[in-house]
Amino acid sequence: MALLDLEYQNIFTRVQVRGPAYHGVSISHEPTDRQGKMRFSHFFGQIGDAQVGPIYLGWTGLISLIFGFAAFEIIGLNMWASVGWDPVQFVRQLPWLALEPPSPAYGLKFPPLAQGGWWLVAGFFLTASILMWWVRVYTRARQLGMGTHTAWAFAAAIWLYLVLGFFRPILMGSWSEAVPFGIFPHLDWTNAFSIRYGNLFYNPFHALSIVFLYGSTLLFAMHGATILATGRFGSEREVEQTLDRGTAHERCTLFWRWTMGFGASMESIHRWLYWFAILCPITGGIGILLTGTVVDNWFLWAVKQGFAPGYPDVFPAVNDPAGVAATAAGVAASTGATR
Amino acid sequence: MRLSFGTWVAVAVLATAYAAHLLTSFERPPVTVVQRGFRGTAMEVIYNPRVLEVQAYLHRAPEASEPADAEGDRAKDVYQNVQVLGDLSVAQFGRLMQSITEWVSPEVLDEAGNPVPAAGNFQRGCNYCHNPENYAEDSVYTKVVARRMLQMTKHINEHWQSHVGNGAAGEGAGVTCYTCHRGNPVPSQVWAQVPTQDQRRGRGFAQDAASQNLASPVVGLSSLPYDIFTPYFENAADIRVAGNDPLQVNNRHSIKQTEWTLGLMAHFADSLNVNCTFCHNTRAFFDWQQSSPQRVNAWHGIRMIRDVNANYIDPLKPVFPANRLGPNGDPLKVNCATCHQGAHKPLYGANMLRDHPELNLVSATPAPSVEARQ
Repeated sequence: MALLDLEYQNIFTRVQVRGPAYHGVSISHEPTDRQGKMRFSHFFGQIGDAQVGPIYLGWTGLISLIFGFAAFEIIGLNMWASVGWDPVQFVRQLPWLALEPPSPAYGLKFPPLAQGGWWLVAGFFLTASILMWWVRVYTRARQLGMGTHTAWAFAAAIWLYLVLGFFRPILMGSWSEAVPFGIFPHLDWTNAFSIRYGNLFYNPFHALSIVFLYGSTLLFAMHGATILATGRFGSEREVEQTLDRGTAHERCTLFWRWTMGFGASMESIHRWLYWFAILCPITGGIGILLTGTVVDNWFLWAVKQGFAPGYPDVFPAVNDPAGVAATAAGVAASTGATR
Repeated sequence: MRLSFGTWVAVAVLATAYAAHLLTSFERPPVTVVQRGFRGTAMEVIYNPRVLEVQAYLHRAPEASEPADAEGDRAKDVYQNVQVLGDLSVAQFGRLMQSITEWVSPEVLDEAGNPVPAAGNFQRGCNYCHNPENYAEDSVYTKVVARRMLQMTKHINEHWQSHVGNGAAGEGAGVTCYTCHRGNPVPSQVWAQVPTQDQRRGRGFAQDAASQNLASPVVGLSSLPYDIFTPYFENAADIRVAGNDPLQVNNRHSIKQTEWTLGLMAHFADSLNVNCTFCHNTRAFFDWQQSSPQRVNAWHGIRMIRDVNANYIDPLKPVFPANRLGPNGDPLKVNCATCHQGAHKPLYGANMLRDHPELNLVSATPAPSVEARQ
């Protein structure tokens, strides 16, 4: 076992250091900003801080929870109604069930509840809940004298959410363009969205979004692995290591210089991670917003821009039996691009 | 190795979940991969050879009986009330009756060799269509249906070569009664309209589920819309959704409509046991020039099904008894699976029609009476 050094390959925190429960730094004279009993949980301690509480609720937290619960109930009860209120079928079919947006016939009008009205109501409550939670994240950070990075990272995700369910449907003039609430149904929507708009993989903003998504996982893996690997030298005390480089930080940076000649610093790695993570939904949202509003068929757009490769014909000439001729070759010919 | 108890619990839970996931969602290797398009484009059809082995019996054509003498007296001169098979010789007529019995309503014998009676009012063997007291009369409704089905078979073989033929590649297999029936009085794969309440599901002011979001075998257990046959195989709803111009943003086909198209495509894939890539280059599903010739064949197949349902099945509605109709009161109709039953070509392309030339002698007139049987 020494060879694999499994001593250090732990999923959970191995040593839980516990002092008396602590209310945290004093920043306010308001008695209401810290509520709830403070206690310790061994299991929470295995994945995070063992101390639970105090919590801040405030009116934003209260509204967020009530509105979030309303959205959850509207979605869940409509799903349950769609299997005739059968509890067994509700559990069995849950991944298939959904609350769907209105049909295209309603445009941006408010349809009857059964015809998609519930989707709009649930969407309103969920959006209000998310925005209230954002305010809470922002105000808590300000009150602690922190930067508001967390709030803006959350805002990047909210941007993508609003593009999918609000901005783009409004630009398209139809709520039906929005995503259903449901596990498999939202995946079917994604598939249908790509096929309807000529293959989203040829959308450069989608490509950028994937770069930042996969890049985030790579950077997270590199960073997490580096810190855990130098845990025996105290590298998890990142702040101290930033101010006063100890042996752990020296080893981290030397490791990456040895491996690839260049490495991040204790500070810059977090900037890399932050920007990769928030650029994933920001670029993705731009790509979605352009789809159907500016570009109708991304594959043909890629042909027009000359970056969709052509392949030799394998089959004898296949032509549209309905005689609609304008396809990729037609676009390439009309724009002078080769494929 | 000193892992904590919690770690072991987590590992055990993850391993169990992973094993359950693997067991229920994947086909174990080896699988058979058939390349379709240019190398590197992943245009491949994937088969599980173990499934093919189990289903092989479904796609085996029965042995043909001895050919019948085409000479001699015509059936119409010897028998009474022969409306569409009158031009056959008596020997051909007898052979076709024999074949139809084996294809559509064969006798089922128990271990002692005695016929097993069918359920309800139905009979097996000749009596499935004929009154044993008088073979000439039309008192059994199935005889009226059979007459129209013979004309349908002839019509398909004559006018739908674009689907059941083989194009320029040579002689096509055509269709016989067996292509759909396979020894069943009602073909095993048929469809009927889904009643409105079964599409809506929710009651009162609860959401109208609009025929989707339920694990439906019709669409390969996906959550796609499951009443796909009424719009596409009875009516002629638009299947195409993608536009032919990159920047033409007035293409009004919706994402919801695309989900219906996807549901229909799931039916194609399921019925033929193929992937999307049997017909499409998935980088541009819409583009005919990157598709395989089978996509053209399928295009004609869709129109053939509409023709069959509209002109041969639906008009028989008054003839069928109530227990042969769907919940909406419409007759049981044809889709891709009715003939294909899991093979890319029904019976893997076996040419039964060549062995049964009698089917080419069916006369298209008169259109049989379809008045309701009292």
